[in-house]
Amino acid sequence: MALFGKGRELPVRDPNAGGGPADFFTTRLESMVAWARSNSLWPLPFATACCGIEFMSVVSSHYDLSRFGAEVVRFSPRQADLLIVAGTVVDKLAPTLRKIYDQMPEPKWVISMGVCASSGGFYRAYHVTQGIDEIVPVDVYVPGCPPTPEELMFGILELQRKIRSGEKSRDSRSAASGEGTRFAWSAGERTPGKPA
Amino acid sequence: MSTIEAPPTTLSPPAERLRDRFARSPLSEKVSVLDLDLPTVEVGPSDWPAVARFLRDDPECRYDLFLDLAGVDNAKRRGRPTRFEAVVHLHSLSRDEHVRAKVLLPDGVEPRLPSVIDVWPAANWFEREAFDLFGFDFPGHPNQRRLLCHDAFVGHPLRKDYSPGQRWFFAEEDLRMPAWAVHTEERAGHFETQTISIGPSHPATHGIIHLVARLDGERITRAETQIGYMHRCFEKMSETHTWNQVIPFCDRLNYVSAMINGVGYVRTVEKMLGIEVPDRGRLVRTILSEFSRIMDHCVNIGTNLVDIGGLTNFWYLYQPRESIYGLIEACCGARLTVSYVRVGGLAIDVPDDFVPRCRALLESIPKFVDDVERLVTRNKIVRNRLAGTGVVTKEQAIAWGFTGPMLRSTGVPYDVRRSRPYDFYDRFDWDIPVANDGDNFSRYLVRMEEIRQSLAIIRQAVDIFPASGPVNSDDWHVVLPPKDAVYHDMESLIFHFKLIMEGIRVPRGERYDWIEGANGELGFYAISDGGAGPYRLKPRPPCFPMMAAFEEMIVGGGISDAIATLGTLNIIAGELER
Repeated sequence: MALFGKGRELPVRDPNAGGGPADFFTTRLESMVAWARSNSLWPLPFATACCGIEFMSVVSSHYDLSRFGAEVVRFSPRQADLLIVAGTVVDKLAPTLRKIYDQMPEPKWVISMGVCASSGGFYRAYHVTQGIDEIVPVDVYVPGCPPTPEELMFGILELQRKIRSGEKSRDSRSAASGEGTRFAWSAGERTPGKPA
Repeated sequence: MSTIEAPPTTLSPPAERLRDRFARSPLSEKVSVLDLDLPTVEVGPSDWPAVARFLRDDPECRYDLFLDLAGVDNAKRRGRPTRFEAVVHLHSLSRDEHVRAKVLLPDGVEPRLPSVIDVWPAANWFEREAFDLFGFDFPGHPNQRRLLCHDAFVGHPLRKDYSPGQRWFFAEEDLRMPAWAVHTEERAGHFETQTISIGPSHPATHGIIHLVARLDGERITRAETQIGYMHRCFEKMSETHTWNQVIPFCDRLNYVSAMINGVGYVRTVEKMLGIEVPDRGRLVRTILSEFSRIMDHCVNIGTNLVDIGGLTNFWYLYQPRESIYGLIEACCGARLTVSYVRVGGLAIDVPDDFVPRCRALLESIPKFVDDVERLVTRNKIVRNRLAGTGVVTKEQAIAWGFTGPMLRSTGVPYDVRRSRPYDFYDRFDWDIPVANDGDNFSRYLVRMEEIRQSLAIIRQAVDIFPASGPVNSDDWHVVLPPKDAVYHDMESLIFHFKLIMEGIRVPRGERYDWIEGANGELGFYAISDGGAGPYRLKPRPPCFPMMAAFEEMIVGGGISDAIATLGTLNIIAGELER
């Protein structure tokens, strides 16, 4: 059985001390949930430009994102927990992006795909937002113009690693909503009481 | 009226004919005909509507296809009589000729010229764009408001005194909706009338298009499209970069078939420089352009089918695209935005196995096309959704300025590759697919057949592809000399240094050059003032007039038909809004 957490093996107990294979294992709930969550990301592609075409490649049969459990592409923010901003975001679109982000249920993550979304790219111009982190918090930046499918998949794997290890989400309100609850994993906090 | 280009003593035959025709007309005092790269008519704003009508209606002119309107700000350019001018490009389908009209806007007053929307309905969005980016006023335009920039924008960004990086804050409440959508008048007893917004972020709006529609039940009674959600300032950026640095920006215009854009742009610059690319380089461009056309049609048909509920075909059609990516990646290292062409040739030579790779693709792609054909063409559901919806008549298509598969699906066989063959298209044996119904299904059929024709063109191009030879021009004022020559030869080193430090010097002048893009005529209007980069570069985006006509095409149809129609227009946001 694969074990999660910090890589330490957890004790496997067998109720019938006589031997035979164990049929349960113990872990902490937050690790279990983080594991499940990391492998069932539902992405919302906010595809505006060239990167959107590469995103199509990633979900198509050749690269097949479903191998990593993130292929259930949703076009409604209410059903998604991963916002992939693929392409240039211009000032006219910025309020829309924020609105879509606000509509997503928590916990939620954001991947900025490509240099335009990350920093404005080579469009240092009068109508282009110089990076979506002016508008929404970003968890993983994927460079490239556009990034190759492998790069985006690496970005998603990196986000999965972050979620599994319980790293703090960049979304401050996600973090705030988790405070004081028993399971602080929604805030990305692994040990309650310890300052993040 | 004077121009910087000294008028040649003898005119080219088309310009001569045009000058004769105007001399015999009542407008003779009001226009001057020049012979630049195209016959050019210069006119003042007050005479522009009469001249426009004459250009369209006169039996010896018949310029019925409105291609492009580009504003020009001459503030930093010497030798022009006025600061602002509006440059219009027209095409005559019956005589297969282009013409340029320049409306010179007098200094000292607000730039103003009458709208010609009643002469060419296609002028609609082009005039709004010139209002937005240059501040030209078009009296008579029914809906003159900003098109590309957001509604809180101050100033007109393509004027030369506007700083390229000056942004303005835009909040949600600043968004202006069409006046008719804000004040809805409900019809008495008709509770189902409502106004809805589709987009800007919506799975069916391909990129980001904002459609505001008033519905009566499911019928659309009025619609307006708002764009500008992807306006990333291509034209301003091209003015701040050198000629070769513009190539990556061009590739991101129509990013689904990036190669074609690069070819269109560098051909314009090469014409201005007067240089020729060797056969091998031109054949590589032709082959990869046709592969790009196949990719473009695959994505267009595939996403259109996704929009109407057929996801499986998308996976079928995406596979050839992936295999073509393999070829392009082997050539230049990039998959999507290739930046493979350079002014004067290509960035690097093709790999040794280029021809075998092409042949392998030529063998594998037809199978996917046949599979889709079997899945889709006789499919009852697809036919019900596509046949008879989104109908455009031949007259409408011409009036709205359509080109490419959209125009050919209405029965007009206009294809730049045939009407003005460039590269090797006149040597190949291929057909222009034409359909007659002008509906969504015709567009699908035309595109499917164009995939096969492109394969035929590639097959012939691969057959005559020379095994070795240069791909670049040997004009070292334009093309970097070979690297080993730079190390061993003083002159090459100097050329290398000058090209890297200063870039290409394009002679002063202007040029409009056009090729067949994947969704229509792709033109580039470039002006050089002798500096390191373009003084002004205006692409003629093929999908721009189609998107402008969309709001009229869908009125009267169902909301589901509008989605199917939007898919067949082949809108690429990067090119639409630049």
